[in-house]
Parts: sequence; C-alpha cells; structure tokens
Amino acid sequence: MLRLVDVETCYGGIRALKGISLSVAPGEIVALIGSNGAGKSTTLMSISGITPARSGRIFFNDEPIEKTDPDKIVAMGISQVPEGRRIFPKLSVLENLEMGAFLRKDHPEIRKDLDYIYELFPILYQRRHQPGGTLSGGEQQMLAISRALMAKPRLLLLDEPSLGLSPLMTRLIYSILGRINTEQRTTIFLVEQNAFMALKLSHRAYVLENGAVTMEGNASDLLHHEDVKKAYLGI
Amino acid sequence: MNYFWDLFLGGLTRGSIYALIALGYTMVYGILQLINFAHGEIYMIAAFTALIVASILTMQGLTGFSVLILAGVIAILYAAAYGFTVEKIAYKPLRQASRLSPLISAIGMSIFLQNYVMLAQTSDFLPFPNLLPQSEFLDSISAWIGPSDFIIIVTSSVVMIALSLLLKFTKMGRAMRATAQDREMAMLTGVSVNRIISRTFIIGSALAAIGGLLIASHVGRINFYIGFNAGIKAFTAAVLGGIGSIPGAMLGGLVLGLAESFGTGYISSDYESVFAFTILILILILKPDGILGRSSQQKV
Ligand SMILES: Nc1ncnc2c1ncn2[C@@H]1O[C@H](COP(=O)(O)OP(=O)(O)OP(=O)(O)O)[C@@H](O)[C@H]1O
Ligand SMILES: [Mg+2]
Repeated sequence: MLRLVDVETCYGGIRALKGISLSVAPGEIVALIGSNGAGKSTTLMSISGITPARSGRIFFNDEPIEKTDPDKIVAMGISQVPEGRRIFPKLSVLENLEMGAFLRKDHPEIRKDLDYIYELFPILYQRRHQPGGTLSGGEQQMLAISRALMAKPRLLLLDEPSLGLSPLMTRLIYSILGRINTEQRTTIFLVEQNAFMALKLSHRAYVLENGAVTMEGNASDLLHHEDVKKAYLGI
Repeated sequence: MNYFWDLFLGGLTRGSIYALIALGYTMVYGILQLINFAHGEIYMIAAFTALIVASILTMQGLTGFSVLILAGVIAILYAAAYGFTVEKIAYKPLRQASRLSPLISAIGMSIFLQNYVMLAQTSDFLPFPNLLPQSEFLDSISAWIGPSDFIIIVTSSVVMIALSLLLKFTKMGRAMRATAQDREMAMLTGVSVNRIISRTFIIGSALAAIGGLLIASHVGRINFYIGFNAGIKAFTAAVLGGIGSIPGAMLGGLVLGLAESFGTGYISSDYESVFAFTILILILILKPDGILGRSSQQKV
C-alpha cells in the first residue's frame, strides 16, 4: 500500500533522511522506532508532502506521490496525526472534527463517522462546543486521532501518539488504534520513541537511526531483540 | 451636545471605512504574516474604476440607482481581480523567501500602482459623483444623521456582519480560520493553502473596494494618492485592534475613526494625521499586540 524507496529529505544543508526504504501492506500496523532526531517525523512529513523528499520515490497504491501536493495526498487517502497533536486551538472540538472531513462531500456518511467518533471517545461529545485549545493533553490526542479519522483515510500516519500521556491514557489510545485497524480496516503506520506499546500493537516494525533504517522485522521478534531492548525499551 | 453628536457620527463614518480596509490587512496578515502594503492601492483603484464606469454610464443616459449598482459591482470585481493578481505576481513567488522580501515587494507594488494610476489618469483631484441614493426616509432622518453617513454606517455594518457569518459558519470560513491558526496542519487536513490565500486576497480587496466607493461618494473627489492615506490609517486601525484579529480590525477602525474625529473637533483639525500616527506609535510601544491581539486572547 505504501512504499518508500531510497527517500532522502533535507532541511537546508542537513540530510535528515539518508535514503530510507520501507513498505506497509494493506491492513497492517507497522511501527517506526527511533530516538530523538532520528528522522521519524521527517519521514511522515515527507510522505504527507509537507517536507517533500529531495530524491527517492514514494508510492501509494503504486502511484508515485513524492511530488504530489499535501491536499492531493489527503484526497488519495493518507491522513496524519502529527507530533504535538496540532489541534486548531480556537476552533471548537466539533469544528476540528469537521476540518478533518474537509475534502468529503458525503454528508450522511460524515454524520455517521462523527457518531462513531463520539462512541469511541465519549468525552469529545461532551466537549464538542469547547475550543480545542482548552482540552487536556490526552483529550487533544483523542481529538487529533479523531480529526484524522474523519477524513476516512485508507492509511493513517501517527507521530508519537503516546507522547506526554499517562500509561493509562496510552493504553486507551492504543486499544482504540487496534479497534480502528480491525473495525475500519484502516492501515496504520506509526512512529514511536516509546517502543514497547508500539511493538505490542504492530505486526511489523522498522528501526530508524540517524536518518537510516538499521533494522526491520516482525514486531514480536524486535520486542525480544537484545539491541532493541537496550536502546528503546530501557531493559 | 449637537457638536458632540456630529463628531461622534463623523467618527463612526470614518471608522467604518477604516474598519472595512483594515479587515483586508488583518486577514492577509492572519494567513501569511505579511503586511500587504499594496492594499490601500486596491481601494484607490476601486474608486477610479467606479468613477470611470459611472461616467460612461452617465454619458449613456443612465441615472440614479442603476449607475450605483453597476459601477459598484464592476469596481468590486475589478478590485478583487487586482488583489488576486497582486498576490500571484508580488507575493506567491516569494512564499519561501525570508520575511523581508515580500514586504519589499509589497511596497514596490504599492508604488507601482500609484504611479500607474497617476500616469494613466492624472495627478489632480477628480470630482467623484455622489452615487449614494436619495430617499424620503433619508430626508426624514437628515436632522440628526446625514444621508451619506447613514448609508456608510449601515452598509459597512451589513458587510462586516456578512463577513463574520461567512467566517463563522461556512466551510471556507472555517478553513480560513484553521489556516490562520496552523497552516501546515490545515494542509494535512486537505486544505489547499494557495486557494485559501487567493480567496483571502479576493475578499479583502472586495471589502476595500466597498470602502473606496462609499468614501469617494461621500467626499466627492479622488486622486491617485487616496489609497496611501487611507491605507496607512487602516493599517493603524488593524494594529490598534490587534493585527490578525478580525473583531480587532473592526474595533480598531471605529476607535481610530472616533479618536480622529474628536481630536480634530476638539483640539485642532491641523493635526488629523498626527492623532492617527501618535496612536500607532503608542500602541507599538505600549501594547504591540493591540486591543484584541493574540496575547490577550490566546492561551496556548
Ligand atoms: N525544520 C527543520 N529545520 C532544520 N532541521 C530540522 C527541521 N526539522 C527537523 N530537523 C532536523 O532533522 C533531524 C530529524 O528530525 P525529526 O524531527 O524528523 O526527528 P524525530 O525522529 O522525529 O525526533 P523526535 O523523536 O525528537 O521527534 C534532526 O536532526 C532535526 O534537528
Ligand atoms: Mg518527531
């Protein structure tokens, strides 16, 4: 479904991605693990077209998208929950969700998806008229995920969904990601620094270090790999 | 008391026009963090367009209300097209450049448009016909409010309410607000930022054109320099209210209009512009975020 081939992305003179290749199959949950500054966010921003790749190729369902505009990429079915949630602070919770459905015109379906979101996260229903900026961190993460889901994506990109959340809240968010994957058949590509939960949920994973992929494999194998344990699981 | 009332009305009239133009500055700033210095020129071009169209129509024997509507609509469309084109030519190619470059480009555009109109038309003042309608109703209230003051205040209020509703309740308005708050995130929800920017310029220019028409009719004469004057006052109003804030631009316009009106009325009319610029300087020193600016409004 998603395939990156030798993707290189730079900020000015700095090469943040030094030619990475990876792929995600339909229906999969794939994790990208790496420490600070490894290039995880850059990878997602290159896929979304915000920070276009300097060289290499990105395919979505075999169509090249490395030169496609961000809005067209969303229209093709890729939504991102960016690092730091990026809720529109002065828009209400409902308006944030409606922004998620910006490109859709199937109003009855949008209504249904909104109900589905409110069922997943009842707190968002209670807060629907409140400015997004007034939500707690955990609530903002729920809203950010929900906003991305309102686009009805085929591929959901998540950048550190557990960042700044309590263990309890992290478990809630992860259980819902699992539900979305099975109930909606949404493919998930997720970036984490906090590798344990991500590897538990995922089918496969890649390890990114200094802008290069250094390991890949089944998530359960990586979970028991000595190097991964030492570097990312704090064991 | 009567004198006070006259000054108050005069201030509201002026202030409404400042507010209409200030909205264009503030909307563009909200989305691009750019001061569109050519914005005042759009207002001037609208006034000239209306004058030309009105003269042609009058020569054709048309009169009254139909002239106003036709000249108004054409001037607004023409100004909107100008705003759209200015953005494409002067700002879009510099989208990735440092912040100084589009600013210089804006000033260049402003000078170019002024000189273009001066050469194509004249540097003298031209008489502008009073296009504003007459009616028995307006006559009946003329004891306490002049007909053109009344029309300007009512029209501006209606236009500003319409803009607020558009921003609050339409999908495009919501996307514009989202883009102003976080451009990259708006792109990640599928908003085409180029399209939003174009529409912002179109709407801002149309508002300035409405202001230009109203005030030209009210004052009765125009020249190539009116855009610069009105532009800098409206810019002051936008800064006063808090640049980037829509209600701020409306409030800033009214406050500035009233301040100028009372200042000239009670102190001295020689200092009209001094009041505006004193306010601008004081605001920049004491409260650079303006009355409704970000720091007092936004928590995060
Ligand atoms: N806008 C930018 N300008 C310049 N350099 C940048 C920019 N964004 C990221 N970088 C650099 O690119 C490299 C990769 O950054 P990136 O944000 O992708 O890392 P990350 O893996 O997401 O890290 P974290 O876990 O801290 O979020 C870093 O060295 C960073 O300093
Ligand atoms: Mg990151």
